[in-house]
Amino acid sequence: MLKLLQLAARNLLRYRRRTILTSLLIVIGVMAVLVFVAITGSFKSMMVSQITDSFLGHLQVHRRGYVASIESLPLNMNMPAQLAERVQKTLADSPDIVAYAPRIKFGAMFSNFNETTSVRVNGIDPEREAAVTPLLAGRQADGVRGGPLLERGQMLVPELVARGLQVKAGDTIVLIATNRDGSVNGKTFVIRGTLESATGPGGRDGYVHIEDAREMLRLEQPEISEFAARVKDMARVEAVAGRLAESFSEVRNKEGRPSLEVHAWQKLSPFANIASMIDLLTVSIKVMLVAIVLVAVMNVMIMAVYERIREIGAIAAIGTPPARILWLFLNEGLLLGVLGTLAGAVLSVGAVYGLAAMGLTFNFGQQQGLVLAPELSAGDVLTVSLMVIAVAILASVQPAWKASRMDPIQALRHV
Amino acid sequence: MSLVKAVQLEKTYRAGDVEVHAVRGVDFTIEPASFAAFVGPSGSGKSTLLNMIGCLDAPTAGTLTVLDTDVSRLSRRSGAEFRGRNIGFVFQDFNLIPVLTAYENIEYPLIMVQQWSAGDRARRVNELLKAVGMADQAHKRPDQMSGGQKQRVAVARALVANSKLVLADEPTANLDHDTAYRILGLMRAMRDEFGTTFIFSTHDPKIMAEAEVTFTLEDGRLQREAGQPVPEAAHA
Repeated sequence: MLKLLQLAARNLLRYRRRTILTSLLIVIGVMAVLVFVAITGSFKSMMVSQITDSFLGHLQVHRRGYVASIESLPLNMNMPAQLAERVQKTLADSPDIVAYAPRIKFGAMFSNFNETTSVRVNGIDPEREAAVTPLLAGRQADGVRGGPLLERGQMLVPELVARGLQVKAGDTIVLIATNRDGSVNGKTFVIRGTLESATGPGGRDGYVHIEDAREMLRLEQPEISEFAARVKDMARVEAVAGRLAESFSEVRNKEGRPSLEVHAWQKLSPFANIASMIDLLTVSIKVMLVAIVLVAVMNVMIMAVYERIREIGAIAAIGTPPARILWLFLNEGLLLGVLGTLAGAVLSVGAVYGLAAMGLTFNFGQQQGLVLAPELSAGDVLTVSLMVIAVAILASVQPAWKASRMDPIQALRHV
Repeated sequence: MSLVKAVQLEKTYRAGDVEVHAVRGVDFTIEPASFAAFVGPSGSGKSTLLNMIGCLDAPTAGTLTVLDTDVSRLSRRSGAEFRGRNIGFVFQDFNLIPVLTAYENIEYPLIMVQQWSAGDRARRVNELLKAVGMADQAHKRPDQMSGGQKQRVAVARALVANSKLVLADEPTANLDHDTAYRILGLMRAMRDEFGTTFIFSTHDPKIMAEAEVTFTLEDGRLQREAGQPVPEAAHA
């Protein structure tokens, strides 16, 4: 085998310029794919973490039907205390969950005593919420920073609302909400700070302490609208959501259907579609690479066989088995693929490090100057490398097969 | 016992719409350690006969036995195996592998056709290099050798795997006369040294005179069989 490889290497060096040009084509292809994968991968993971770590969480647990009617934030679809207790225990016991936070969500009127507007209010446990959405604190644009996200009597106000009603940190405002029984309740809050939107100019989500939310809504039982959770391994979030849903499946409602729903972030954010498109683009780029390698290597190997017909006839005549002739040419394709891939992978890693060192920045929604940190995982490099090498071998199969099946007499007569 | 025996051997093939009778009912035998030649003009069937003896082509009719094996029935793979074990080839155009040195070209059949150990290979290749007078040119590639040197390497390659039979199709056609005689002298010396049977083809009357046994072909038919006695040593 080693001798076959040596002979294949020498045959490639026989047509030095052609080999270099073909390898260069593979190198450029591999670089294009790996750099693209690194940049889009880092863009995707940054965007996903902006969304999950600043307001959504990695996954959420709701009572059945809550997400479908989430626009109206229906209080009658909150989890009753017993159900919430059950969910809390399951989340606490799950080895895949590193943090979880209860939330009470409701719609309210926000008043600065002169004007009024609508807001979506999230009642949160500040400590637990910070563990589930660690970037939430970073969205605070003014006011007191550090310490807990907020204290009782304080509110984090969405920037859009604060600007519209011309309020700022330290101002007192009033929230008015209708509870499940139809009673209207109001409570004054001091603005702890304003929150930049994570997704764009339309954000109307404000935050108050969960106890204040309960007080406003006059909830006698500790019922919960949703649990947000943070998983240990983000790559396995859908599997974890599936496992949780399975463990909740025995909790049934009156119609005998599961009472609870578990949604991974992909089911809760439209950015998941953008992420899917990025993945699709990556696949498209990989398909283009496959086409480049296939055409380049096949072209070289067809030429190699055509130019060496007499030589093939001679080695076949002296008794070289057809299988060994096949392997000789497959090895030439393999070496071309390995050579191009190795050089391409090394150069790609260098290029990605260079781009990371340059510190590419971009804006996303209200987030300005996000620094892109492209990085390549060993898995990405290995996948692309194996793919290119496999395609290079595949591209050599037809020419190699043709060489191995050549009639020695015809080949020796070839001019 | 004969090394090669042909009985009513025929070869017909189609060239477009025309049926060509390349070999027509040929009978001959060649004894071990012979130095034999098929002679005749172009198109007389010399190469076709050599191809059939070398299991590169199958006869249309008749039987052909080489080393007690009916080679007319061998499959493509079995033919390759049989050639690899028993037959060496010397070509008119040398057909050395351009990227390999003289040493590596001779070594090639021991790696690709038979699997010899590195030590045995080195011993055998050096023995052959010395025998064909190329020991000091072992590192040269074909493009650095003269025609005569290339054919010496080709003869060594044909003998390296202890072939019992070497077939040489017009081995001197691309060489000047002096070199051609030297190559034939080398082949005969190799026959004497290793007891290998050499069968070659030629259309050159001066070259055919070097053969100990000649078979003259014309239009695919054997015209006459003539020859000189094979030296006693060659039968060993």
